[in-house]
Amino acid sequence: MIVENFRHRHAGHCESGVTSSLLGHYGLELSEPMALGLSASLTFAHIPFVKVGGLPLTAYRMPPGSIYKGLRKPLGLRMAQQRFRDPDEAMRALDAELAAGRPLGLQTSVYWLPYLPAEMRFHFNAHNIIVFGKDGDDYLVSDPVFDQPQRCPAADLRKARFARGVFAPRGLQYQPQHFERDFDLDAAVRRAIAKTWKMMLYAPVPMVGVGAIRRLAQRIEAFDRKLPDVRLQRLFIGNIVRMQEEIGTGGGGFRFMYSAFLQEAGEKLSQPALLDASTRMTAAGDQWRQFALLGAQFSRKKDITLQQIAEALRTVAQTERAVYLQLKDWSKGRAPADGAQAA
Amino acid sequence: MKQSEVPQDQLAYYGDARRAVYAVDDSGHYTTVASTGWSAEAQVNADAVAEFERLAQEARTRVEQGRSSPLDYHMYARRMDLPMLAQSSGIWRWRVRRHLRPQVFQRLPERLLARYAEALGLSIAALKELP
Repeated sequence: MIVENFRHRHAGHCESGVTSSLLGHYGLELSEPMALGLSASLTFAHIPFVKVGGLPLTAYRMPPGSIYKGLRKPLGLRMAQQRFRDPDEAMRALDAELAAGRPLGLQTSVYWLPYLPAEMRFHFNAHNIIVFGKDGDDYLVSDPVFDQPQRCPAADLRKARFARGVFAPRGLQYQPQHFERDFDLDAAVRRAIAKTWKMMLYAPVPMVGVGAIRRLAQRIEAFDRKLPDVRLQRLFIGNIVRMQEEIGTGGGGFRFMYSAFLQEAGEKLSQPALLDASTRMTAAGDQWRQFALLGAQFSRKKDITLQQIAEALRTVAQTERAVYLQLKDWSKGRAPADGAQAA
Repeated sequence: MKQSEVPQDQLAYYGDARRAVYAVDDSGHYTTVASTGWSAEAQVNADAVAEFERLAQEARTRVEQGRSSPLDYHMYARRMDLPMLAQSSGIWRWRVRRHLRPQVFQRLPERLLARYAEALGLSIAALKELP
């Protein structure tokens, strides 16, 4: 069985891609950048005391699930979510939905999905995919980070849905149940943008926001004293870059996606200030890529120092701060630019 | 990032797959571009993979010398570490650590072996030896 009218879409990131794709199928065209922007899911967090594989958690977006949960208010979106205790029951429920012609979003582990290349398979449990059909023993999977639909054997999908550990999916399946077709875009954009700059500029904890980027720069600079082993330094920096560039998480990618959101919002609402902010956010994305490049070459090329890497991060922090200040001015209805320039 | 600056480094492990990257076209509008990967990304990824391979190799040596149980090797071969194996098998860390000792591992009941086997995606027979 296969859901005939389902169209696979290629996206930059799994959760925003799944959300946008599912909404599209159920009758609301919402681009992926819009899904990211309206749910205010852009962030930066570096949390030294939460370790993933022995390295500190670094995130460029809000925790898994926040994209479709963040659309609850602006779109009135209700996702019918279901988790399961029993894997067999979960697979039966999936089959039943497919038989009824309803594609579903699933949360899965990355490691146990066989169609992913071995190089990308790590134990990360918050991957999102859409299942839109079953052919014999294979499920037809629309994984938004791939340009083509994939096939996944039932046994593997079952294992991937019930991987344990951090973010354990426990068979989570979801589909849009209710949403407003004519939502107030202006109000939604204003609310979401305000949420983002508030978090990035004034987060009450030091592990989140622009300040966290600066702190990370400081931490990297102190490696000479605090973490003298070059191999560990490389793994630490490599991990930050990986969280930024790997499929499924993205980072530099999220900055570009957010720029795309600002652009789309600016055009639809004819707000030149947002278009301007979009251009600057693009610059921040480019600087993130510059940082990633330095980070990847660190300890391979002799002439790259920790100071250079820290400096690259500070540049990013400065650009991003300017963007958020500009967005703040826009939210408050103040004259744009000069407040932002002072950053 | 401009459309023309999107990296196309032909990463081998992408195979036929492409990745969607947001970039601006000539008129300054955002579009998605299908990318064949970026070498910087491949480098840090290779580092992370190599680190697990190194840990697995060290574990293999320990197992061969009789200082560790095969569980030590399989854990790293499956790209896990101790806290992660403990979480995915649902067995407390101190117990997992204890089960890394060959003498203890040998006497483990099937019930516990089955939980490790399930967490690691192996058969019980495969769990008991090195591949």
